[in-house]
Amino acid sequence: MTKAPTLPRVLPGFGLSLGFTLTYLSLVVLIPLAAVFIRASSLSLEAFWDAVTAPRVLASYQLSFGMALLAAAINTVFGLLLAWSLVRYRFPGKKLVDALVDLPFALPTAVAGIALTALYAGNGWLGQYLEPLGIKVAFGPLGVLVALVFIGLPFVVRTVQPVLEDLETELEEAATSLGAHRWQTFRHVILPVLQPALMTGFALAFARAVGEYGSVIFIAGNIPMVSEITPLMIISKLEQYDYAGATAIASVMLVASFLLLLAINGLQAWQARRNGRSE
Amino acid sequence: MSIQVQNIHKAFGDFIALDNLTLDFPSGELVALLGPSGCGKTTLLRVIAGLEQADSGRVLLDGDDASDTHVRERQVGFVFQHYALFRHMTVFDNVAFGLRMKPRGIRPSEAEIKRKVHELLQLVQLDWLADRFPAQLSGGQRQRIALARALAVEPRVLLLDEPFGALDAKVRKELRRWLRRLHDELHITSIFVTHDQEEALEVADRVVLMNHGRVEQIGSPAEVYQQPATPFVYGFLGAANRFEGQSSAGGIAIGKATLTTGQHVQHGEVIAFVRPHELDIVRQEFGHGIPARVSRVLTLGALTRVELEGRDDVAGQHFDVELPASHPLAGSLITGEPVRLQPRSVRVFANPETAGAA
Amino acid sequence: MAAITANLYAQHDRAALLENRQATREARWVKVTILGAALTFFAIFLLLPLAVVFVEALAKGWHTYLDALVEPDALSAVTLTLLAALISVPLNLVFGVAAAWAITRFDFRGKQLLITLIDLPFSVSPVVAGLIYVLVFSSHGWIGPWLLEHDIKVIFAVPGIVLATVFVTVPFVARELIPLLQAQGREEEEAAVVLGARGWQVFWHVTLPNVRWALLYGVILSNARAMGEFGAVSVVSGHIRGETNTLPLHVEILYNEYQFAAAFAVASLLALLALVTLAVKSWIEWRAAQAHD
Repeated sequence: MTKAPTLPRVLPGFGLSLGFTLTYLSLVVLIPLAAVFIRASSLSLEAFWDAVTAPRVLASYQLSFGMALLAAAINTVFGLLLAWSLVRYRFPGKKLVDALVDLPFALPTAVAGIALTALYAGNGWLGQYLEPLGIKVAFGPLGVLVALVFIGLPFVVRTVQPVLEDLETELEEAATSLGAHRWQTFRHVILPVLQPALMTGFALAFARAVGEYGSVIFIAGNIPMVSEITPLMIISKLEQYDYAGATAIASVMLVASFLLLLAINGLQAWQARRNGRSE
Repeated sequence: MSIQVQNIHKAFGDFIALDNLTLDFPSGELVALLGPSGCGKTTLLRVIAGLEQADSGRVLLDGDDASDTHVRERQVGFVFQHYALFRHMTVFDNVAFGLRMKPRGIRPSEAEIKRKVHELLQLVQLDWLADRFPAQLSGGQRQRIALARALAVEPRVLLLDEPFGALDAKVRKELRRWLRRLHDELHITSIFVTHDQEEALEVADRVVLMNHGRVEQIGSPAEVYQQPATPFVYGFLGAANRFEGQSSAGGIAIGKATLTTGQHVQHGEVIAFVRPHELDIVRQEFGHGIPARVSRVLTLGALTRVELEGRDDVAGQHFDVELPASHPLAGSLITGEPVRLQPRSVRVFANPETAGAA
Repeated sequence: MAAITANLYAQHDRAALLENRQATREARWVKVTILGAALTFFAIFLLLPLAVVFVEALAKGWHTYLDALVEPDALSAVTLTLLAALISVPLNLVFGVAAAWAITRFDFRGKQLLITLIDLPFSVSPVVAGLIYVLVFSSHGWIGPWLLEHDIKVIFAVPGIVLATVFVTVPFVARELIPLLQAQGREEEEAAVVLGARGWQVFWHVTLPNVRWALLYGVILSNARAMGEFGAVSVVSGHIRGETNTLPLHVEILYNEYQFAAAFAVASLLALLALVTLAVKSWIEWRAAQAHD
């Protein structure tokens, strides 16, 4: 990017647009977010440490991060299969499937939460077959996983799909004409091209799942030490008017979000470089 | 290793890409498939490779029917127009790809692969680039790496799709000569597709001219240039002035004017072609020849090109005449001057558009 | 040749083409397995939850269904939801346009950081988003005492709900516009300036017509999120029936009171909103693709 700050700007509105952007962003996002850290820093180190390492809170990290990782991994595999099917196969109802993939973006999380609970409860459409097999989904950690898979589903599909669409068929043709079998072509030629997109999709799904609240609380059962997610710990501290405790846990989550955001930005930059046509 | 295609037909929806085509490519030759955009040449190349399936017809490699052989097993080397190099692999890994994909039993050892890849890189004179990635190479270097990669699996035939299409003019010229030398060294049966007549005439042993999914003419570069078989070939290879008229005694009648041909001409509606350097300008307004008017005189180095506009019966038509810059006319013609045009050599064809109706 | 062939292929479905060629297709059993796994996953995780909402909503008949929608608390929840969306969507529309204009039309230091900051609300947990406003505006918060003195209620009141909704929808319009404006470059606007257009004229006559689909796209998505937000709103709402309940919060209350049919009835309204959103989104994508050809 060329920078010429000394030249007069050709297009109008620089001061107005940037000024408004910065003011608005500061008022709505940055200053309130800073409140968390300022509040947290007013805690003594010991109090902060106790709040963020209480056994119930530790258990919630394990559940939130563990299930978010697992859900993102499941979505990476099935997201790739879905994206592959949408780009490369013809089948009836394809347009509808393509449109509905975004449902988790559009459906309010509370609705998703009660719908999934109804499905997987002991008397639900799926629960009635799963419970006799000893698989208890609703009101337990598995329920958390199911909800997190639901809300993370579109991320991998929507990051991989455009890359698959732009994939030059010549690459596959070249590999095949050089004697590679279909699996070898996928493994050595297609997968390396998809890899940045897959990782980006994974990270996006993971980041979303870690902070998710609405779709999870209905199906999780919220049993202390077993199926309480971290955002719920913040809520329960708030309900006890323990603002300091809530703030401490929130600051841990915020740091995790920032780190994930950085990772995602890095991945996207890598992806852009990978897919930048060199011709 | 010879290639034969027999009665190949291929359509994309309503568009007929290959119209019941039959062709022989003798062993060891470098053949150019030449034609305008959409003439079916790339489709033919892809059908031979097995990348595209023909609707009907057969492809014979060395006399064996290969129509049902998978691309993977056909042992054809294919060089793509945009090279299709694997971006995430080094030059070395790109060239080694075909060897490494071989089944375990017949896969060469890593040491053997290394030796072979370096040998190929030396052949294309790019051994020093082995550790680079494709993005770090120039267009001409990528083209040669793509060729080395295709040669690594010891293909029985080499197919190149517009091999110089994506390169700038200077690199293109160099690579053309280089490809010709490489072929003389390897003698592998090769077909390349091009829309550039100069390229085809300069590089190939034999030129196949295609149009609308059919073959117009096959021959050596000299044959197709000097004895074009159809109006299409004449018009496609080199500049040409085109005249349409009726055959008459002593030439072709175009309205009241006559294009003298000095040869007997088939009866009926005809098309005549005259190369710009075989058309003479006569400085007179009336008389024999085609009436025209000088519209521009351009000096292009050793050549002078005169652009003319038709008068009277050929009004609205444009003609080009090329003269040596030293020719007395070159310096003296005046813009707007009425002249007559007389050909030294004419090539006449029955007019295909009206032949059927007559 | 290449151009015509490419054109020809574009007319064909890409999937059809890939499936017809030896070098780009899998064995039939591989295709069936992949497609089967993908569609089963799709059906279990997307279709079933959607279907169950409508089935449960009508489980006790149309009468109960309609009753649940017209009762006063439900209606007040609808009103509040619409109000929150009506305020937050236009605000973030203006913000998105301003941010995209500044970012794509000028060069300045820290641009990349600004882009990251705009995306921030997406990566913050909704619960934390609610919490930050509690920390600022509640009686224990920064300006809480001052608000209390002047008898202004933000937390556990409508302003808090609107603020939380604004926060979670900040990035939508901006992130649709930025890549598009970046791709389009500045040439058209610069040409307009050279031809004598002034500030707003450039924007209205040159920029806006080029980005209207992306703009609508961003608006649709942020509207869906604004109407459906649960976590952030839940923290600041206080759950006062008939006063500070949005539709999603109303669903929660009904559900926790074991009024399942009523909860799903209200939920079905939100599910319909989601379906309409997806339909409009697909339509916009279709229109944009048409305009592109």
